[in-house]
Amino acid sequence: MRNVEFRIWRGDGKGGDFRTYTTGIDDGMVVLDAVHKIQAEQANDLAVRWNCKAGKCGSCSAEINGLPRLMCMTRMNSLPLDEPVTIEPMHSFPPIKDLVTDVSWNYEVKKRIKPFKPRKPDAADGTWRMQQADVDRVQEFRKCIECFLCQDVCHVLREHTKHDEFIGPRFFVYTAALEMHPLDTEDRVPDLKETDGIGYCNITTCCRQVCPEHITITENAIIPLKERVVDRYFDPLTRLFRMFK
Amino acid sequence: MASVDLIWKNGRFGQTSRRDAWWGESLLVFLGLGAFIVYGTWAAFQGNHYTHGPYLSPFYSPEIFGDSAHSWFGPKPAWFPDWMPFSPALLILWAPGLFRFTCYYYRGAYYKAFWADPPACAVGEPRNTYLGEKTLPLVLHNLHRYVFYIALLFIVVLGWDAIKATQFDDGFGVGLGTVILTVNACLLSCYTLGCHCSRHLCGGGLDVVSDSPIRHALYQFTSKLNGNHKKFAWASLISVGFADIYVRLCSMGIFTDVRFF
Ligand code: SF4
Ligand code: SF4
Ligand code: FES
Ligand code: FES
Repeated sequence: MRNVEFRIWRGDGKGGDFRTYTTGIDDGMVVLDAVHKIQAEQANDLAVRWNCKAGKCGSCSAEINGLPRLMCMTRMNSLPLDEPVTIEPMHSFPPIKDLVTDVSWNYEVKKRIKPFKPRKPDAADGTWRMQQADVDRVQEFRKCIECFLCQDVCHVLREHTKHDEFIGPRFFVYTAALEMHPLDTEDRVPDLKETDGIGYCNITTCCRQVCPEHITITENAIIPLKERVVDRYFDPLTRLFRMFK
Repeated sequence: MASVDLIWKNGRFGQTSRRDAWWGESLLVFLGLGAFIVYGTWAAFQGNHYTHGPYLSPFYSPEIFGDSAHSWFGPKPAWFPDWMPFSPALLILWAPGLFRFTCYYYRGAYYKAFWADPPACAVGEPRNTYLGEKTLPLVLHNLHRYVFYIALLFIVVLGWDAIKATQFDDGFGVGLGTVILTVNACLLSCYTLGCHCSRHLCGGGLDVVSDSPIRHALYQFTSKLNGNHKKFAWASLISVGFADIYVRLCSMGIFTDVRFF
């Protein structure tokens, strides 16, 4: 066991500051274990959200040494321990208390995205047929655990607070999963351009770099959607082609 | 929808709790791209030492007008305005230049390294206003696919140059320059064919690709290249610059080309 210093943000929607705690760390501990230890021994009122401790529920998102990470999946021995470890709530959402943020904006955004609208069933018994090759591409997107770390790191939300004009990388992944689905018949391309603000994304790949599920957000979801928007609105040849079709 | 009430004042340039060398990657991109732009501009304005035997520098290919034996239509035409600087490279380099300038990978990289937008992930920016690629001028990046069509022609030309680089005065042969020009043409092909527009046009734009076997195969192939797009972007940038340096040094007599057979 070795003693490690932590700087944990304590506060609420009106503001807060960092408090310093020192606690003993055992081999194999993750950041969430350390936070729980501090909560048990030194700060009973420290608020932290968690559920599965297995990187699957997406509840324990925070910023560890300035980078959006899941606390339950960040091993203490992967951090430099000779300096204090900084833990903050996500910056792109309003804090409720300490490490807990209000992520309900994301649920509102999700409601706006047009739902799955499958074509008529292929068989008389109401079922569909599709090829593995066609669903391969969207399967990656279904790994999302809605931790919203990608939303947190995205500078369009984090720095420029365009929450009203930009749905963020998580929901481009969600839109891509629906829009590229072989059975889906809905058209979300106008929304992508107009209300979802895909043009704000400047493909700097921070979302892809923090995704704990390793979804290739920028290259496999956002850029292919941008290309569909180009087809519809910016490419003079495809526009001409559509006019004569 | 109600606006989100954030308390964080991230918007101070360089503000971050990150402890790692977050500036490292942007610095490397800045130095790498910066060095290439400076060298490329210098080399393009030289207008000499761009051929050696059967070799033609990729900065000067295709040589539409020029004095070397590689020129398609002979020397600089009489109608070319005197006040404009002339070099065979200046006639063509805008195309590969624009291709890289509008490439999705390079865009993401230079927005960070040259425009600090953001300087690195989760690091504060110097400006509050933000337009992204939604309005002019950056909305023009949406025409990247047209530059991709032109870039396809360039890989055909550079592939042909690599074949011609085996035709020495004394017949067929292979020199170090042949190898360099061939590797360069291969890396440029991998970079160009792995373009996101290429992937989209091959099959990415379809929801059902399995019923067109050729497009499906092309989509899988371009997706593989696309997965390594960043690597090919850098490898081909280095190889194209190095190929020019090699031909230049041979032509200037500073280096003697190695002939394998
Ligand atoms: S790639 Fe686009 S969506 Fe992802 S973090 Fe960057 S700007 Fe945001
Ligand atoms: S895409 Fe990745 S980072 Fe974003 S919410 Fe889903 S799992 Fe989290
Ligand atoms: S506690 Fe579930 S993801 Fe960390
Ligand atoms: S995306 Fe990089 S060349 Fe097109």
